[in-house]
Amino acid sequence: MAEFSLPKNSKIQPGKHYPAKDAKKPRTFRIYRWSPDDGQNPRIDTYEVDLAACGPMVLDALLKIKNEIDPTLTLRRSCREGICGSCAMNIDGTNTLACICAIDSVASGDVKIYPLPHMPVVKDLIPDLTHFYAQFASIKPWIRTESAAPDRERLQSPEERKKLDGLYECILCACCSTSCPSYWWNGDKYLGPAILLQAYRWIVDSRDEATGERLDDLEDPFKLYRCHTIMNCTRTCPKGLNPAKAIAEIKKLMVERRSA
Amino acid sequence: MSAKDAVVKDRRNPLKIARGLGSSQSGVGHWWTQRVTAAALVLLGVWFVVTVLCLLHADYATARAAVAKPWNALLLIVFVLTMFWHAVLGLQVVIEDYVHTRWKEVALMVAIKFLAVLGALAGVLAVLRIALTP
Repeated sequence: MAEFSLPKNSKIQPGKHYPAKDAKKPRTFRIYRWSPDDGQNPRIDTYEVDLAACGPMVLDALLKIKNEIDPTLTLRRSCREGICGSCAMNIDGTNTLACICAIDSVASGDVKIYPLPHMPVVKDLIPDLTHFYAQFASIKPWIRTESAAPDRERLQSPEERKKLDGLYECILCACCSTSCPSYWWNGDKYLGPAILLQAYRWIVDSRDEATGERLDDLEDPFKLYRCHTIMNCTRTCPKGLNPAKAIAEIKKLMVERRSA
Repeated sequence: MSAKDAVVKDRRNPLKIARGLGSSQSGVGHWWTQRVTAAALVLLGVWFVVTVLCLLHADYATARAAVAKPWNALLLIVFVLTMFWHAVLGLQVVIEDYVHTRWKEVALMVAIKFLAVLGALAGVLAVLRIALTP
């Protein structure tokens, strides 16, 4: 059955408290901590950060904590401008990128930060995305053609190129897939919104010649049809994309190529 | 023996795991049929509710005579069949979503189909008995 309660060794314990001294504009961050090395259950550590001496984004606060308060806090980050997808995490109950999530946008009260939901945790805020990336590889996310390669660029009309808008911007941060209950319960087989949006990106690409094979590979009760149009993916996407629509378009193409 | 020294039982590559048994080449029929039966049930449901409301406070003989009318009997049978068909398709999705023990999944899947056939045939038989009894 689906798991509705945490296993014993995943129950979260109260953690340490790091008060701020002489803070002009204090804000409290409650952050999920777990290390594979100490045999302890996960805990929530509480950090008070002086926002008067901190950048505006949640990532700024996390790095301030790591640099000045607790160097053991572990997280992924790279570009700090919403294009690499590394710092995807659950902030105030919503999956988003810490680097483009303003601290002020979090409603008053403590800022609660957890790793992406329902993924194995490597440490603290770092989820294990191995399966997610393997699922991405499984849809063969590259151009596949049979026609002889031209001796110049493969041309697209402006209309054809326009079909990739809203798809090519996906940075595979996994916010959408890990917000999807269907991906939580059946992520072993269900590809999830991010991978299906990527699959659709190649299905509608006018230069790709493997459209039929791509649809063949997706036609499966679990790989594709676990999507029940819950729409968490679209609601949470930090890039403002619409994976639910991409999945709906795939479902339409599935019907289009058969007898009604 | 710590977890790190434990024998790793699963040495498959992540891609091997992600690909699994591949695509079953099915699912689109289920998806489309679920939507077609849903659309049919919107119309049939409205008809059914209106028919039942018209029989409010009617006595047994009147209700029986209404069911026996050819169009009513026909639509009632179509309604019963479509409803059970749609219910099976929906329950199948719920079972696939939440029941992850394979033998339980298969047992439930077969059970709902048996029960649906039984329920549908019972409903059809009931309507036919009323409709065909002079």
